[in-house]
Amino acid sequence: MSTLLEVRDLAIHFATETGTVEAVKGISFTVQKGETLAIVGESGSGKSVTGLALTRLLPEPPTIYKSGQILLDGQDVLKKSPRELRTIRGNKIAYIFQEPSTSLNPVFTIRNQIAEALRLHRPEVRDLDAEVIKYLDLVGIVDPAKRLHDYPHQLSGGMQQRVMIAMALSCQPELLVADEPTTALDVTIQAQIMDQLRELKKQIEMAIILITHNFGIINGIADRVAVMFRGKIVEYGETHTVLSNPQHPYTRALIQCIPQPGQKRRRLTTIDHAALEAAS
Amino acid sequence: MFDHWLTQDLLVLLGMGLFVWVLWSGSHHERWQRAWIRFRQDRAGLLALIVVAIYLFVGALEVLQFPTKNGGTRTVLDVFVSGIHDERSYSAPLAQAHLDPSMGNLKGLHLLGTNALGKDVLVQTLKACKTALIIGGLTSAIYLPLGTFFGILAGYFRRWVDDVIQYVYTTLASIPEILLLVAIIMVAPGGKNLGTLSFALGVTAWVGLCRLIRGETMRQAERPYVAAARALGQSHARIVTRHLLPNVLHLVLINFVLGFSGIVLAEAVLSYLGVGTPVGTPSWGNMIDGARAELGRDPVVWWNLVSATGALFTLVLSLNLLGDALRRAFDPKRG
Repeated sequence: MSTLLEVRDLAIHFATETGTVEAVKGISFTVQKGETLAIVGESGSGKSVTGLALTRLLPEPPTIYKSGQILLDGQDVLKKSPRELRTIRGNKIAYIFQEPSTSLNPVFTIRNQIAEALRLHRPEVRDLDAEVIKYLDLVGIVDPAKRLHDYPHQLSGGMQQRVMIAMALSCQPELLVADEPTTALDVTIQAQIMDQLRELKKQIEMAIILITHNFGIINGIADRVAVMFRGKIVEYGETHTVLSNPQHPYTRALIQCIPQPGQKRRRLTTIDHAALEAAS
Repeated sequence: MFDHWLTQDLLVLLGMGLFVWVLWSGSHHERWQRAWIRFRQDRAGLLALIVVAIYLFVGALEVLQFPTKNGGTRTVLDVFVSGIHDERSYSAPLAQAHLDPSMGNLKGLHLLGTNALGKDVLVQTLKACKTALIIGGLTSAIYLPLGTFFGILAGYFRRWVDDVIQYVYTTLASIPEILLLVAIIMVAPGGKNLGTLSFALGVTAWVGLCRLIRGETMRQAERPYVAAARALGQSHARIVTRHLLPNVLHLVLINFVLGFSGIVLAEAVLSYLGVGTPVGTPSWGNMIDGARAELGRDPVVWWNLVSATGALFTLVLSLNLLGDALRRAFDPKRG
């Protein structure tokens, strides 16, 4: 397998009026072609910032890329011009976000949203309708031809997220960054979307970075996992190794937070930050 | 050049075309379709729409001109009212004789009397629709694009772009509006004509719309679909035109309708101050201006003032009701 993305010692700061916030403090990881990496961590750990930084989507200023490199096919994304960045976005790295209901433009039909992406990145496609239907079908939308002229608000949350995924896939990216793709959805729909991603992973050769706070959903989809805590990667390795034998106390605490079926009734586990601080 | 009949014909057709285009492109959007369904149930709004349509129709009749054999031009409205004769001077509504008995009897019956030059006041009032609509239309054609364009730029790019645009419009807004209008009309090349007047009104009227659009754009730009568009690699130009513009266009429509009455009023005020429409052009402002002297006469000549203010009042009220109805119909909180 060849390396698609290599992040080396990346540090991201936000210059705010009250001082500098160090959001990401020197992280390194790699993504092979076709591989799925899960970045797990709690709110504010810097995982979403890392995802957005891959195509420099963070607003600059206040964002400062303090140090490090983001090598996509061996070329540093941080050195690209805005024009070059636009050809990477969607084309090489596509995103799906947390809130499907607001990530779709309310005034456009499903067909037009996806056709827009196609026109931008695959101008050679002649029959836009057929291509849109193909991708809607791929993400498991029943009877896609009938859904073409629906507006986002006419779809359920799960369907909206499927449309977002279809839109991202239609550009045929090499890397899909899924930033908490199931957080805004209820548990059964969560499971459906994760199944869909697993299914897609088998069907198309595409690397995925799955950003989540929930260790529970990564099993069976992520090949490797990076655990982020306060802007640093505290544990990085094969998913089954990390899950069965976590080394860092924070990883252990996160895994303990997953509720187990059949568990005796007790208070839900929380993470004791003071103790973690003392340990590290 | 604004006085040439062909230019005027073309300008009006252009304005109407623009309006129809906005409505047509809107009719494809779910949001506009739902707004229309709600609007239909609004009786006051529908009535206002009909009244406004009548004004537009009368105005269009007066605007559409054709050249005559002797080198002049005649409007379609002129043809309709060709049966109404001019008198020699003032006459009261429905009177048989002139106000000055020495001038003798009238040639015909005048519903709203005649003015100092013996012209039928009703005809003058109808002809003045055109002036009001032209000024309203031209001014809107200037200030709507200005306000929308700068508002979206300021709201989307923020930072120094926003600073510059805010600086410009705050400066404009800090000068008393009438003073600024008079100043622009005085220094504008070409002197007092409808074009100059519309230009002056246009460059002062965009401030309110710009503020509104800027705020709404900021709100929309924060929404994830704009982030999603950026993540898809879309350029700033496409995000502005394809994503932000359709989402703020309903505000432009409402502002257009509400702003129109303000412009028509401003024309009347400026004409009253003597810097508005050129003397001789039928306009409600000129009629009201003339009434200053007429109200001092004995017996009082009140029909010029009443006709002009009545027509002005009805149009402004209808436009406001229509604007309110549109705002209600587009209010997302109602569905």
